[in-house]
Amino acid sequence: MEMMSSSSSTQAVSFRDMGMYEPFQQLSGWENAFNTITTSNQNNNQSSSTVLEVDARAEAVAIYAQANYTSLYNSVEAEPSSNNDQDEDQINDKMKRRLAQNREAARKSRLRKKGLCVRNSSDTSYLGPAGTMNTGIAAFEMEYTHWLEEQNKRVSEVRTALQAHISDIELRMLVDTCLKHYGNLFRMKADAAKADVFFLISGMWRTSTERFFQWIGGFRPSELLNVVMPYVEPLTDQQLLEVRNLQQSSQQAEEALSQGLDKLQQGLVESIAVQIRVVESVNQGAQMASAMENLQALETFANQADHLRQQTLQQMSKILTTRQAARGLLALGEYFHRLRALSSLWAARPREHT
Amino acid sequence: MDKVVRISSEKGVVIFSKSSCCMSYAVQVLFQDLGVHPTVHEIDKDPDCREIEKALMRLGCSTPVPAIFVGGKLVGSTNEVMSMHLSGTLVPLVKPFQANLC
Repeated sequence: MEMMSSSSSTQAVSFRDMGMYEPFQQLSGWENAFNTITTSNQNNNQSSSTVLEVDARAEAVAIYAQANYTSLYNSVEAEPSSNNDQDEDQINDKMKRRLAQNREAARKSRLRKKGLCVRNSSDTSYLGPAGTMNTGIAAFEMEYTHWLEEQNKRVSEVRTALQAHISDIELRMLVDTCLKHYGNLFRMKADAAKADVFFLISGMWRTSTERFFQWIGGFRPSELLNVVMPYVEPLTDQQLLEVRNLQQSSQQAEEALSQGLDKLQQGLVESIAVQIRVVESVNQGAQMASAMENLQALETFANQADHLRQQTLQQMSKILTTRQAARGLLALGEYFHRLRALSSLWAARPREHT
Repeated sequence: MDKVVRISSEKGVVIFSKSSCCMSYAVQVLFQDLGVHPTVHEIDKDPDCREIEKALMRLGCSTPVPAIFVGGKLVGSTNEVMSMHLSGTLVPLVKPFQANLC
């Protein structure tokens, strides 16, 4: 990977070595990786491999099949309704409950297959007072699954367009659509932050590999340029200067936010660790009130981090030509797709059973 | 409000803040990184805190703090400062107020 910043800790194999450079590899390369895993599991002839190979295949299918959420939903909804007028209400209620349960089970299955963390019945972080579900977070998770499917389509469209050599005007429209799609994500995240900022910031809705590189609930804006640079070259001297400036300013902005967040944590500790007595303090209200104020600010930080991501994307697209921006967005989309796929591959890897 | 006008007209970069506001602190850190030493006015320590808050909101700030003024003119809040910095327009704006390195 071309290095723009020496502080990057994400250095692994260069994308050029991975064959990610032009022409862009088809996803079929990754499909082959899955087939190799499942075949080798079969050849191992271990009694435990049956479960693994089923999982691995399921993972592969789930990732590459356009997880057709709507068709699953429709097939569940299409159950025949009762003709008996008298019991219709009762039966409809039962059916509604069963449909809801089916949808929930299907949703969890899809999330599991995509390598996302899945709630089990013992996990109560979704639950608010009296066991009510956090509908804001549930809605976000569903919307995000949709978003990922749409994202795959956007990236495919850009890839096709680049290969077909369409006009700059049409390409510009595709670039703008891609940027708008990222904008949708940030809007969704802002709503989720209102519902449960800890859920959002922890990145529980993302895959494990994405979480590994996480900065305040998402990708690092300055890393974006690291990923994109090899695929938008060659740049003019003016462009190089502007990119370097953007790299530096995004790092400075990140650093400022990180320090602000550190101060927030510090303040929180100070709020709740104050005046711990052997005899329980009567007035804990004041400390808690101060701590609550601190936590309120967390939402602002989550939003500002997304603002930085959006601004970095916008600026990048302004600096680059239309064609360069398209290639950059394709590289970015492909990068995150592979990062997510890696998470599933990792989860499906054969393990020693003692 | 007179007080806001007076304070914001001070030379250089002025940040209206609150002692508990971590986002104001983040903005301070950014300016310091750019070689600027902003004047920070913590309004929660000011007896006229409520009035100042209202005045800042009336000037167009979505949140009263942080409110950033450069050369007497309102730049905005965190969003505006961050956008300007990423678009490369913040540094030229504060250049006259960068501390001398020698």
